[in-house]
Amino acid sequence: MDFVSILSIFVMACFVGYYVVWSVTPALHTPLMAVTNAISSVIVVGALIASAAAGSPLAKWLGLGAVVLASVNIFGGFAVTERMLAMYKKKDKPGAKGGKQ
Amino acid sequence: MEAHAVNPWVAVAYLVAGVCFILALRGLSSPATSRAGNRYGMFGMAIAVVTTLVTHEIASLPEIIGAIVIGGGIGFVIARRIQMTAMPQLVAAFHSLVGLAAVLVAVAAFLNPDAFGILGADGNILTVSRVEMALGAAIGAITFSGSVIAFAKLNGNMSGSPILLPARHVINLGTLVLIIALTAMFTVAAHAGPGENHLFWVVVALSFAIGFLLIIPIGGADMPVVVSMLNSYSGWAAAAMGFTLHNTAMIITGALVGSSGAILSYIMCKAMNRSFISVIAGGFGADAGGVGGGEAREQRPWKRGSAEDAAFLMKEAENVIIIPGYGMAVAQAQHALREMTDLLKEHGVTVKFAIHPVAGRMPGHMNVLLAEASVPYDDVFELEDINSEFAQTDVAFIIGANDVVNPAAKTDKSSPIYGMPVFDVDKAKTIFFIKRSMGGQGYAGVDNDVFYMDQTMMLLADAKKMVEEINKSLTD
Repeated sequence: MDFVSILSIFVMACFVGYYVVWSVTPALHTPLMAVTNAISSVIVVGALIASAAAGSPLAKWLGLGAVVLASVNIFGGFAVTERMLAMYKKKDKPGAKGGKQ
Repeated sequence: MEAHAVNPWVAVAYLVAGVCFILALRGLSSPATSRAGNRYGMFGMAIAVVTTLVTHEIASLPEIIGAIVIGGGIGFVIARRIQMTAMPQLVAAFHSLVGLAAVLVAVAAFLNPDAFGILGADGNILTVSRVEMALGAAIGAITFSGSVIAFAKLNGNMSGSPILLPARHVINLGTLVLIIALTAMFTVAAHAGPGENHLFWVVVALSFAIGFLLIIPIGGADMPVVVSMLNSYSGWAAAAMGFTLHNTAMIITGALVGSSGAILSYIMCKAMNRSFISVIAGGFGADAGGVGGGEAREQRPWKRGSAEDAAFLMKEAENVIIIPGYGMAVAQAQHALREMTDLLKEHGVTVKFAIHPVAGRMPGHMNVLLAEASVPYDDVFELEDINSEFAQTDVAFIIGANDVVNPAAKTDKSSPIYGMPVFDVDKAKTIFFIKRSMGGQGYAGVDNDVFYMDQTMMLLADAKKMVEEINKSLTD
């Protein structure tokens, strides 16, 4: 891919991001941060390439270090998001004591 | 570069991963669809990782799997154990990891450019890739050191008050200019000798320093903005590395995360009526001590209420709006508070929660804390949705909040919080204000006229104890 097509994808994605994020309900802004954290760890792709390549041993170990860090984020980020989202409940579910107003 | 473009299916796979990430954010438009969104996110990440592993020559699979297991295990345990009140620290810590990972990847690409396909025909790293790499490393380093400081401040390892270096603006601007200049020099160095290559390391080192310098003068009250801003940076770092690797998944994700953090910073700034520049410049909260007039506060009369008064008046009320602030979370009063709303609902009272955008210590933090206490999310309202209802409200119940109900933000031009959108609690028929004592003030250190209004009763006690006492009176 040449630079211009990559740049086009980037610019379009910025616009998509702009509209998608404004549509996120403010009540979910904390999970939003947690999940964006998790997905920004897609940088693990670069880490995997670095650690998989033969050639430079130092680059390989740096890559492996990055894989560890990104994995903390991926698993931690998605798990904590899942935990938070599970807490958001609707009104009047069976078991809740309060009657209707 | 060619190596990455050979198989079109690989590009498609990364694109699919990118689309999954878009859907993950899209799901968050409502709590009902949010969990499905999170699954999309996980699915996208799995696609990205598997695609990378199957399309690259893997010289060391056991080590890689080991690294994923170690990192994943740590992340999972932390995610399970973390307290919801500690969410801002956790997010800051996670940001620092993304930043550091970006630096490591950039350095690895610098040391082994062939593996990343960024080697030009002349044996030098391609010019475009040099910019992207240096930018990725620089933004990653800023994200890392900035997030470490933000973590230390949020976690209480470091004082939340601003640390002001003399001539900090000159130092910071100078460092930034130097980073940009050196990046440019590194880029245009056509035939990279050892001298030019050292520029890369200098850029990385300066970026670590500037991240640190930028965050230390920023006070605790502005931390929600800082955390959002670092969120944005971690995205831009990922995007820069995506440019280096020509990887659509990384570019799309970087753009999403970058815009997300930027929008959240904007929302936070607007909610405090602060400009982004003034937050970055730092120092808020350091010089606000004298404002508000200490003597006036002592002399003005105020009314003290009791748990019984509160219980009685709220039971008889038609509707109650509760305004929680971070003080409620500190006192761990959210569960008792939810119990109180249940009891009031049994008496036929309509109870709503009103949340200011900066009520917690990060965007949406208060909503999570209430959700954890099983407050149904459709009882929780945002500032602009509920503010017109106070005139028809019998009781406004303020717990652990202060600045967000201060009418000075509307009337007093000299107030440091002037212009900040606040709740019109003064329009409610009765106000209960839970506060530890009359001395303490909010983040901004300003006196609050609501304390002295005719319809206000101060409930001076620990928030949790007070709510528990009210609950006892309600059940009697």
